[in-house]
Amino acid sequence: MKAPLSWLTEFAQLSQDMTPAALANAFTEAGLQVETMDDPSAAIKGLVVVGHVLDVVEEPQKNGKVIRWCQVDVGEHNPEGQSSRGIVCGAPNVEAGAFVPVVLPGTVLPSGFEIASRKTYGHISDGMICAEDELGLGDDHEGIIVFHRDPDPTPGEDALALLGAREVVFDIDVTPDEGHCLSIRGLAREAAQITGGVFADPYATPVPAPVSVGHPVVLDSADCALFVALTVTGVDPTATTPEWMTRRLKAAGMRSVTLPVDITNYVMLESGQPLHAYDAACVAGPIRVRKATQGESLTTLDHVKRTLSSEDLLITDDSGPIGLAGVMGGLTTEVTETTTQILLEAAWFHPVSVGRTYRRHRLASEASRRFERGVDAGVAYAAARRAAELLRDLAGAQIVDDITVAGAVPTMPSLVMDDLALPGRILGLEVAPERVISILEASGVEVTPGPGSATTLTPPTWRRDLIDPYDYVEEVGRKIGFSAIASRVPAAPVGGGYTQAQKGRRAVLNAVAAAGFVEVIPLPFICAEDLDRLEVDEADPARRLVRIANPLSEAQPFLRTTLLPGLFGCVNRNTSRSMEDLALFECGSVFRAGDETPQVMPDVSVRPTGEQIDQLFTRLPDQPRHLAGVLSGDWRVASGHGPSEPVTWRHAVHLAETAASALGVHLRRRSAEKLPWHPGRCAELGVEVDGDVVWLGWAGEVHPRVCQTWDLPARTCAVEIDLDALIALAPSNGVIHPLSKHPATKQDVALVVDESVAAADVLDALRDGAGPLLESISLFDQFAGAQIGEGKKSLAYSLVFRGEDRTLTEADATTARDAAVAEAGRRWGAVMRA
Amino acid sequence: MAQIDIDTSVEEASQAFLAAYAEHSCDHLVQARNAHLGKDAPLRTAQRQLGALAPEDRKQAGAQIQAGLAAITDAYSRVEALLDADDLAQRLSEEREDVTVPVVMNPVGALHPITALFHDMCDVFVAMGWEIAEGPEAEAEWLNFDALNFTPDHPARFMSDTLFLDPPEDHRILRTHTSPVQMRTLLTRDLPVYVVAPGKVYRADEMDATHLPVFHQIEGLAVDKGLGLADLKGTLDHLAKAMFGDEAVTRLRPHYFPFTEPSAEMDLKCFVCHGESVGNPARPCRTCRSEGWIEWGGCGVVNPRVLRAAGIDTDVYSGFAFGMGVDRTVMFRNNASDLRDFAEGDIRFSRQLVGEAR
Repeated sequence: MKAPLSWLTEFAQLSQDMTPAALANAFTEAGLQVETMDDPSAAIKGLVVVGHVLDVVEEPQKNGKVIRWCQVDVGEHNPEGQSSRGIVCGAPNVEAGAFVPVVLPGTVLPSGFEIASRKTYGHISDGMICAEDELGLGDDHEGIIVFHRDPDPTPGEDALALLGAREVVFDIDVTPDEGHCLSIRGLAREAAQITGGVFADPYATPVPAPVSVGHPVVLDSADCALFVALTVTGVDPTATTPEWMTRRLKAAGMRSVTLPVDITNYVMLESGQPLHAYDAACVAGPIRVRKATQGESLTTLDHVKRTLSSEDLLITDDSGPIGLAGVMGGLTTEVTETTTQILLEAAWFHPVSVGRTYRRHRLASEASRRFERGVDAGVAYAAARRAAELLRDLAGAQIVDDITVAGAVPTMPSLVMDDLALPGRILGLEVAPERVISILEASGVEVTPGPGSATTLTPPTWRRDLIDPYDYVEEVGRKIGFSAIASRVPAAPVGGGYTQAQKGRRAVLNAVAAAGFVEVIPLPFICAEDLDRLEVDEADPARRLVRIANPLSEAQPFLRTTLLPGLFGCVNRNTSRSMEDLALFECGSVFRAGDETPQVMPDVSVRPTGEQIDQLFTRLPDQPRHLAGVLSGDWRVASGHGPSEPVTWRHAVHLAETAASALGVHLRRRSAEKLPWHPGRCAELGVEVDGDVVWLGWAGEVHPRVCQTWDLPARTCAVEIDLDALIALAPSNGVIHPLSKHPATKQDVALVVDESVAAADVLDALRDGAGPLLESISLFDQFAGAQIGEGKKSLAYSLVFRGEDRTLTEADATTARDAAVAEAGRRWGAVMRA
Repeated sequence: MAQIDIDTSVEEASQAFLAAYAEHSCDHLVQARNAHLGKDAPLRTAQRQLGALAPEDRKQAGAQIQAGLAAITDAYSRVEALLDADDLAQRLSEEREDVTVPVVMNPVGALHPITALFHDMCDVFVAMGWEIAEGPEAEAEWLNFDALNFTPDHPARFMSDTLFLDPPEDHRILRTHTSPVQMRTLLTRDLPVYVVAPGKVYRADEMDATHLPVFHQIEGLAVDKGLGLADLKGTLDHLAKAMFGDEAVTRLRPHYFPFTEPSAEMDLKCFVCHGESVGNPARPCRTCRSEGWIEWGGCGVVNPRVLRAAGIDTDVYSGFAFGMGVDRTVMFRNNASDLRDFAEGDIRFSRQLVGEAR
């Protein structure tokens, strides 16, 4: 809402020393945030004064242009000893006798252009006669500004003041609950209240009791509570809008149209009551306010024929619809240049009805915006009357005294407040009950003692936001100002800190980042083709897509079911920017269709039932948090320290193992054929639980075909695991075993097995066979070659044995090793290398 | 056996050791040691011959030989130490390397600034005894809107603002704020509650330099006996100081949100210019756009209607809630100029804020 200061002070008498900046602060402090405070003249440095054009000589130029050599009287600013200045002007509308704004030499215009006396077209032009846009006051460059004033302005006086440019205009962000502040009247009332000024309501005349001596009106819908109809006759269609009104409309952000429309807009801005003007001669029979019937149509003022919904509230006459209530009038009853009789409408329409209608027809307007936030029904008659008076004063109209008032001002709901200490308690301030009462009364609330020790509060008709006790708390708070509120840190009860899962997740993120991976957070949207390009098979859970009804882009209408598409996109972006050595990771939710029963929408006035709560929480997609990574290029770049180390499937596994070890989990691995991974370089990752393995994801090299379709560097590697599941399997409360003080005995074994046998399986067999003396075991070498035999490979393990209570002999260790090898032989046909 | 023999032997041995040292020869030193301390050394031989002396001379001669051997051993040790020291000095000199060359070249990892900031902010609250609450991103419409006092016609619910899961009439949405976690908390935890909820939120916004369709918020909720706006202010002041230093100041401006009443916008006094850029074109401030204050989030006293939807007795309990954009916080805190960088995954972005630099 744009509010010129001069308009506010017409109704609010403010303290003499109240500066515009102080008022802006007070507004903001009261919740009426001043977004900008404009003084258009501030951009002009120097003098712009009124000039009286005494003489104009037209001088055609060789280039075909006609310049006008003008003598302009600028009063006290005339050159010494002279009665005018000579100024060259190009505009065709400069005429002798006109009063015009003159920019004096030395003045800098908003464009940064400095006016100087200079020689042009054979004259010394000693200033400039200017157009609106040159002063930065508008975009009109049709011609120079000409003042039409009665009486004439004085040559030499400040033209900017006359243009209304010396006007402070506040642009205030009015929140949805403060509909009464979408008017000069409402803002003036607030300004007076919060700065200790005095407010005089120009719209105090109440709505009369229902009467129907004017134009007949029938209300056929509860969505129209009140309809005031007032007729004026003898309107002079040639009357134009006075400059002061145009200027204020413009300052408030509205364009001047025709005088009757400008008057209705002016009164709306001032009172907050949207008005509509009908050409009374075109209204056929009684006005009926009713809901549309399905299939009805109306051509609105913007010449668009609109098909109506049965929910649209209409103004109709015998001819059918003549207006969309509160949104836009119809074309057939439009006020035109021949209109002499005007029917003024000031009505109260239900906020929800207007809101739905204007959205349905995409017809947001100043009127609909006000109705949606709740108009003060109490002002309807005064507003119609004010508009009629302006038509009388400015267009010579006569006001027909016979009026119609259909319906009544809706009653405001009273509230019984048990304890006037509530505002102080909730605000955290000392506020005496007397102060609460005086603030609320100044806000227009009717405060009556009782029943009992309680207090009954009835809001004024313009405060439809005051319903609950806390609404009054806020009103008191706004009027005191939130800066008065103390700062007090509440003592929370002893907390449990982070949960195991939260600690685990943070440990994983920190460890993976510390291991050299860079976290990214791409957008979580995918398309079905992404899964095709990953070659995910049809039965894969990643195909359980969740579609967005209104996606931002039809190219990505689904929520991700895997993190890989987002990560691959990040790889593409990095490589396109010449970063080729990449180790990226992401931790985030994937979405897989779950319980698709429609969600419940319980009554909000009571706690939902246990069953409803359960439904609210479970009728949602499955949303496990995944951890995924992708690598390409070199893990380690070449340096004096050594050659480069290209990424391999091992680095992808490394990410998962880093995460697992941050949680104290040992990951199991088995070779897997799983797209989008390379069938020979993919490890399925799992955790052993009670002898079984829970499989959580995969790591490995990306299939070369997938690399190609995604335009990834060759040998890109990737990993994705279900992090929630991994965290759930993490151990807690580990046990510290007593340490043996005896030296260890080491034994190495080299075993030959079939090439297809997994090293981890042989290791398991060795561990199981070795018995309790085995402290640790690791694979330290593997190779295949002619000396081993076709289809065979050699695996070398290092076994460390230690006794708890004694130093083991070589013989002890050898016996255990032989048992280990025997088990490996039994399970996997392993034989010791000769 | 004469006194002079022993002194001569010691002198000869010392000379031999010094000669070896002069040649920097360990071999010669070992040879000299064998010659003067070995079994065929003169004093060793003399020692073996002590038995031939008269008993009354034996004791004195023996002592003299012992003293001579000790002197030779001492001389040897000193020369050996000198030689070792020289050797070490030479080795150290030969082993000199350029320590400015690249060292172990592990890749440089980093958390995303959003994650890092979530961790920092959560730590502040956990230190105050608060707990971390969580909820899903695909959420029940009721929890996101209805339970939070959004009317059925509230514009935030329109498809132009909110992403709905298909079909929309099944009332599942992508949460538009972290506030549904408030309702989840009130429905599942015992009172009092003091929780913060970090997480991802969704809006039907096109991506540009200042908008992301998916961004991050942190939400706070406290419900207890006797809580009010002063407690909210105290909590936010504490957070501001923890994040921006002891000088940090916040301000509450009345505002409107359906789920709080009274509601406020929370501003942070600019921690860069401290308000000195306001009306001072000579000293513009990029962080606060020369406004002196930075809008940091929305907050207020929990609307009793919200508590009622969770079945809480509003005559006994009251609460406060707040929420702020974490992406925006990174923007003004770390001078990031383009939100698109947050989602594009360029490795240079996250790597700029490692360790405590964030």
